[in-house]
This record gives sequence, structure tokens and C-alpha cells, in this order.
Amino acid sequence: MFMQVLSQLLGGFGETVKVFILTLVFSIPLGLVVCFGSMSRFSPLRCLTRTFVWIIRGSPLMLQLIIVFYGPGLLFGLPAMSRFNATILAFSINYACYFSEIYRGGIESIPQGQYEAGQVLGMTKGQIFFKVVLLQVIKRITAPMSNEIITLVKDTSLARIIGIYEIIWAGESFIKKGLIWPLFFTGVFYLVFSGALTILFGYLEKKLDYFRS
Amino acid sequence: MAVLEVKNLKKNFGSTDVLRGVSFSLEKGQVLTIIGSSGSGKTTLLRCLNFLETPDAGEILVNGKLLTSKNEDDIRQNRLHFGLVFQNFNLFPQYTVLENVSLAPTLLKTGSAGQIRQQALGLLERVGLSQKANAYPYQLSGGQQQRVAIARALALNPEVLCFDEPTSALDPELTGEVLRVIRGLKDRGNTMIVVTHEMEFAKSVSDVVIYMAEGVIEEIGTPEQVFDNPRSEKLRAFLHGVQEQF
Repeated sequence: MFMQVLSQLLGGFGETVKVFILTLVFSIPLGLVVCFGSMSRFSPLRCLTRTFVWIIRGSPLMLQLIIVFYGPGLLFGLPAMSRFNATILAFSINYACYFSEIYRGGIESIPQGQYEAGQVLGMTKGQIFFKVVLLQVIKRITAPMSNEIITLVKDTSLARIIGIYEIIWAGESFIKKGLIWPLFFTGVFYLVFSGALTILFGYLEKKLDYFRS
Repeated sequence: MAVLEVKNLKKNFGSTDVLRGVSFSLEKGQVLTIIGSSGSGKTTLLRCLNFLETPDAGEILVNGKLLTSKNEDDIRQNRLHFGLVFQNFNLFPQYTVLENVSLAPTLLKTGSAGQIRQQALGLLERVGLSQKANAYPYQLSGGQQQRVAIARALALNPEVLCFDEPTSALDPELTGEVLRVIRGLKDRGNTMIVVTHEMEFAKSVSDVVIYMAEGVIEEIGTPEQVFDNPRSEKLRAFLHGVQEQF
């Protein structure tokens, strides 16, 4: 019995992990694009990006999932995306917006003097960003990023609203068979997963502990 | 021929005229110090020379060649004629002392890795910090950090090395070591422009002293002329005010 529950929960957990990893793969770089947009000196682009970030951060992720999955078909009669693709799209956009604000905070916290020191040494803009600023930014955003990424672990459960068979759904399905404990047991998966991430980020923070800025 | 000529440099921020036509020239190996109260335009002048600010009018010539700044590449090339040591050091915190000094030469590929390393070690020796080559900036005192910043600025062999109040952010007991290094550079023939509030230092190290007030050169001359025989009322009042602080 236990083995049967476990294998079913593992199946759901696999979906959870897939959503988690793919969301990070897309949202981490996309966040940088959004970040540059919201820091642009070209004000129409800046306003547009910031409005977009406001909408995404200001509305529930669950609603965004529904809109991304059903919206194109209902509004424009377009063929629907697969449930999984819609999930990844909605999650990636949502998390990119949150990440972009963390990036922006990190970049803006670097003192102007660091840029100027690079400039008077004849560095190009790219060299200043990659050789001088970037590592300092990474150090400063590690803690807020780990917060957001651990939130993502648990947010993946929202994907069931458009029919992704993730772990909580898997656990809940046993209730019909009179079993309540599998649902509670799903919590262990989340705890182990976020525990591993906590250790990973702790390691990264320690790695970057060799300098102070 | 003068290594540096500045002609009628002007800069305004909004409605404030910070530089209102500054002209001077500097011979190779000379040390020029700029004194004046805050807001007189000293720092803006240095920042214009290092192209951190774009002057609104005027010319900057290095070895007789006019520096133009049409695009970003021009500006980057222009900057290489000058070095700048900041008030707040601005070392790169994630790099060791040695890496701070060798980063720019490495990026500009001024030589092989071995040559750049040897040169950087030589510069660290010159500022008395060989034993700190592998330390990180946060492990150093302010005076040591500023000496690293000087070595870093020297690494690209600038024709003119500028100092923006290099000891203002330091505890009083640490200013001596930085001023000694600057004096040592003068003895080696480095051409330098130093913005400073250290009057005794300015008096003893300078070939030329400029007193700036309200965006213009109010007085220029040898240290004896400027400090011992000030002509203008403004400079007399300034020197008097500075003396009273001690």
C-alpha cells in the first residue's frame, strides 16, 4: 500500500520538479531583460515595463494561469496551448517580474564609484558590468533570491488549477479511497525539497563570503 | 611642450555654472595642486579631465593633441591619458590587492599575464604593500586601500595622475602614509594634479598651485606666491579660514 502511494506521489512530485526547474531556467534570464527594461533611460519603455511588472505582481498567479491557458482561445479563438506549456509560460513571466525587481535592487545598490573606477581605467560598459559589478550584485541578491525560489517550490501546486497533476493533487486523489495520510505526506516532499535548496543557498552565500562590499 | 593644456573649460549643471572658463597648462613632471573651498569646482575640473563629466565648452590637449569625444570609444581612449585616485578609494571588493592593480592592464592586454603580474607587484612595492598582494580590500586600513588605489591608477601609465582629495576620507594618523607615496611619485617624475585640503602638503610638494573660487581660477602661481603672498582678498580669507581650523 505504502509503495503504491509513494509511487503515485513521486509521479506528482516529478511534475512539480519539472515546473520548478523549467520556470527557473526561463525566468532567471527573462528577469534580467525585464530588469533592464524597467531601468531603461528611454522613458516609454521604462513605463511600459513597470506597468507590466505592476500587473503581474499585483494579480494572483492562479488567475494568470487561467488567463494564459484559456485566454487565447476564448478571446481570439486561437488553438489552446498544452496545459504544461501554459503553466511554464505563466510561471516564467510571473517569476521573471519578481526576479527583475530583486535584480534592480541589487544593481542600484552598487555605489556609483565602482562604475567610475572602471571607467577611469578605460573599461568598456560590458567589462564594467561583467568584471566589476556582477559578482557584487550576485552576492547582494543571494538571500532575496533564495526566498523567492523557495516560494516557487510551493507555488507550483497552483498549476493544478489548469489540470497539472502535481503532488498535492496526487495526494488528494487518495481521499476518495478513504486515505487521508497521503495528502499530509506530500508536505514531507516540500520540506525535503526546500531544505535542500536552503543548504544549496547557504553554500553559495558561504562561497561569496570571501569579500565584503 | 606642455603635457597638458586646458583651455577655457566650462561646465554647468542645470542653471549652476560650476566651471566658468578654466585655463591652465602643466609641464611634464610638474605637480599641480588645486585648493579652494567646497563648491568651487575643483572636483568637477578633475572629473572633466577624466571624462566622467562632459564639459560644455573648452578644450583639453594632451601633448599638443586635442582630445575629442565624439563617441564612447574616443572617451575611453581619452581616459587612458589620465589616472584618477578617488576620495573613497573605490577598490573592487571581490578582487585581491594584486588583482585590483592588474585587472585593467589584463583587460586592455598591455602585455603577457606574467609581465602584467610583475609590473603590478612592482607598483605594490612602490606603495609599500608587497606583503598585502593577496589580501582583500576589506582587510586593509583606509590608508592602505588608498595606496592600492594609487598603484591601480599607475598600472596604465597615465600621462597625468589626478587625485581627488586623496586623504579626506582617512583618519588623521593615516594621511601621512598616503602623502608620502604621492611625494615619492613626484620624485620619480610623475605628472600630477592634486585636489587637496592639506595645505602644508600642497605648499611643500607643488610646483604650481591653483586657487579656485566660484568656478574660476582666482589665483595661480608658485607655492610661495600663493601661500605667502596672496594677492586677492578671497584667497587671503580662504587661507585665514583654513589656518583657524588648526
